[in-house]
Amino acid sequence: MTSVVATNQTILVVGGGISGMTAALEAAETGKQVVLVEKNPYLGGRTVQLYRYFPKMCHPTCGLEINLRRLKANPRIQVLTMAEVTGISGAKGDYSVSVKLAPRFVNENCTACGECNKAATTEIDDAFNYNLGKVKAAYLPNDMAYPQRYVIDPSVVGTAEGQAIKAACKYSAVDLDMKEEVVTLNAGAIVWATGWQPYDAAKITPYRYGEFKNVITNVEFERLADPHGPTGGKILRPSDGKEARNVAFIQCAGSRDENHLRHCSRFCCMASLKQTRYVDEAFGADGKSTIYYIDIRAIDRFEDFYQQVQANPNVSFVKSKVARITEDKNGDPRLWGVNTEGYIRYAEPHDLVVLAVGMEPSVKNVAIPIEVLGDSSGFVMADPANGGIFGAGCATNALDVNRAVQSATAAALGAVQVVSKVARGEA
Amino acid sequence: MSDMNQQMTARYKNNFLKEIEEQAEMGDWVKMCMQCGVCSGSCPTNFHSAWDHPPQELFMMIRAGKRDEVLESGSMWNCVSCYNCYVRCPRKVPITHIMHGLAEYAYRLGKAPKQQPTQFLSKTFWDNATKTGRVNEVKLTQTLYFKNGLMDGIKQAMAMQSVALGLVKAKRLNPMEAVGGGHKCKDIKGIHAMLAKARELEAQRKGRAA
Ligand SMILES: Cc1cc2nc3c(=O)[nH]c(=O)nc-3n(C[C@H](O)[C@H](O)[C@H](O)COP(=O)(O)OP(=O)(O)OC[C@H]3O[C@@H](n4cnc5c(N)ncnc54)[C@H](O)[C@@H]3O)c2cc1C
Ligand code: SF4
Ligand code: SF4
Ligand code: SF4
Ligand code: SF4
Repeated sequence: MTSVVATNQTILVVGGGISGMTAALEAAETGKQVVLVEKNPYLGGRTVQLYRYFPKMCHPTCGLEINLRRLKANPRIQVLTMAEVTGISGAKGDYSVSVKLAPRFVNENCTACGECNKAATTEIDDAFNYNLGKVKAAYLPNDMAYPQRYVIDPSVVGTAEGQAIKAACKYSAVDLDMKEEVVTLNAGAIVWATGWQPYDAAKITPYRYGEFKNVITNVEFERLADPHGPTGGKILRPSDGKEARNVAFIQCAGSRDENHLRHCSRFCCMASLKQTRYVDEAFGADGKSTIYYIDIRAIDRFEDFYQQVQANPNVSFVKSKVARITEDKNGDPRLWGVNTEGYIRYAEPHDLVVLAVGMEPSVKNVAIPIEVLGDSSGFVMADPANGGIFGAGCATNALDVNRAVQSATAAALGAVQVVSKVARGEA
Repeated sequence: MSDMNQQMTARYKNNFLKEIEEQAEMGDWVKMCMQCGVCSGSCPTNFHSAWDHPPQELFMMIRAGKRDEVLESGSMWNCVSCYNCYVRCPRKVPITHIMHGLAEYAYRLGKAPKQQPTQFLSKTFWDNATKTGRVNEVKLTQTLYFKNGLMDGIKQAMAMQSVALGLVKAKRLNPMEAVGGGHKCKDIKGIHAMLAKARELEAQRKGRAA
């Protein structure tokens, strides 16, 4: 059984992305007890799936490493991975929470030596790379994964392969008898930081995502550019593995649209501007990026970044929401529409199309197992009616990392105030 | 200038957007357009040769107060009601209906281009249908074919002969409709009264002289 120490002076943080980690660290560094619950087998959330961060173009692992160092140095944070909150009852200052733990089939003895991986033969979809590749059924989710522990896929448990995997481990770390368990814990305040998910591009039917292989999403493009990704960092298009030198970006794919997401997702203009730099880095003057946009929203300090990209002769901008995509015989996606600067029709072929899909909350407010107020898109709102529950990061709005971290710090402060009152007997 | 045109010019002065919002069907949606261009890009009619202005440009022109250019344009008459733009518009602007609203309003003002074929079809269809309460297809086609004179009409009719014969065989076209007034609705008077009432209500709602 997993044991968790928690009282009504504990802060529960749900979601271990950059926002949840920040909230947990900020609260723990003021002396509070924190339990951090993460659904994935590793911490870091969606940011570790990015190749580089705007605006400084640094690698996300760098920021993550600093946070992990703070986390390891802090005895007041207990981390539960492969864990999901299934029930919350009670009120501000005294919540009771049930958490479901999925079996990892690997215990703390794991040294990440990788022998189990060699013994495995079954391949499963590589969720970390948005299923662009495959991994073996005994795997480390990503190179930087924290905790550095392998995971065994349930599909091989109870098979001869499972036994072979177990036999390969010299440290008695493989435990195929692990079962799903549910633990109940106490908390005085809860930080809800479950983040975002990319909007389902297949719903934007004229763009034929899922049907045309060379129409991909911006999150997938991050994986293509990353040296740790499925192509080893080469920008190759999915249909035939050809280098994608002529890349189109379609902005507002699903955002600012009454038929899809009503809100502007805010980060996606910057994400596409950033991704033109990946094309530039890979192919130099032989690469070409075209951004099809309604208007570019490079908010406040990001204006410089936009100007730098504009100055690049290999990047062009077409003011137009693309009407539809067709596919040429050679697999080139062809974009149809009207350039609203001059009302000029175009039917342009490209090697690869990247849909700048927007963000929606990964857990909408109505799906949280206790009443929490949300806006029309399901993002958690800040409201006294939420009692001791505070939204943080992309669970509250479409935000970039900088703003997500600010929001997480604010949430941590709210939660700290609640448990401090409990400690003083005021709540 | 027609009376109605004079009346509206005086009422709205230079506020053409307001005029469209209040007088053209669905015109109050024009302000919701965010100029994304998806309607223009989705339109199957080739507006470069047939249209002066795609829908999105028309909406911008309305907001810019280009009254004569918009009302005298043939563009909205070229809409074939395919609804591509309508279903894709991210603002859910009922573009197709606005196209027809603009066309109808321009016609009422006497500003619509006179030789526009769609306009001729619409007018012929309306007169034909409201006369007896039923569309008389034989008369409708006759009027359309012979609009450019006898010779052209005969030529067109000859070209369509096999189609017409097929329709007759399938009992889709009754040549006897050409004789007399064709078949009618039972209560033509009632239909005419209804149309008159609708017109009166519209005039009231839009503050026009009936
Ligand atoms: C293509 C793309 C490029 C981007 N590039 C940049 C950039 O260059 N610079 C920048 O500043 N921002 C960028 N962003 C934005 C950035 O990804 C977000 O700001 C950031 O991920 C927000 O972090 P978060 O912790 O709020 O959410 P997330 O990263 O989504 O983390 C949420 C965590 O909660 C977990 N979780 C979800 N549901 C549950 C549950 N029920 N129970 C427990 N845990 C759960 C998830 O597994 C995840 O680990 C980009 C976004 C995209 C899509
Ligand atoms: S489970 Fe065992 S074999 Fe696999 S990485 Fe961990 S220690 Fe190595
Ligand atoms: S940030 Fe840009 S691409 Fe994203 S929804 Fe807003 S305008 Fe569209
Ligand atoms: S699709 Fe809608 S919002 Fe876009 S230009 Fe046309 S009317 Fe305006
Ligand atoms: S409904 Fe009319 S305006 Fe709209 S796309 Fe079709 S033809 Fe063009």
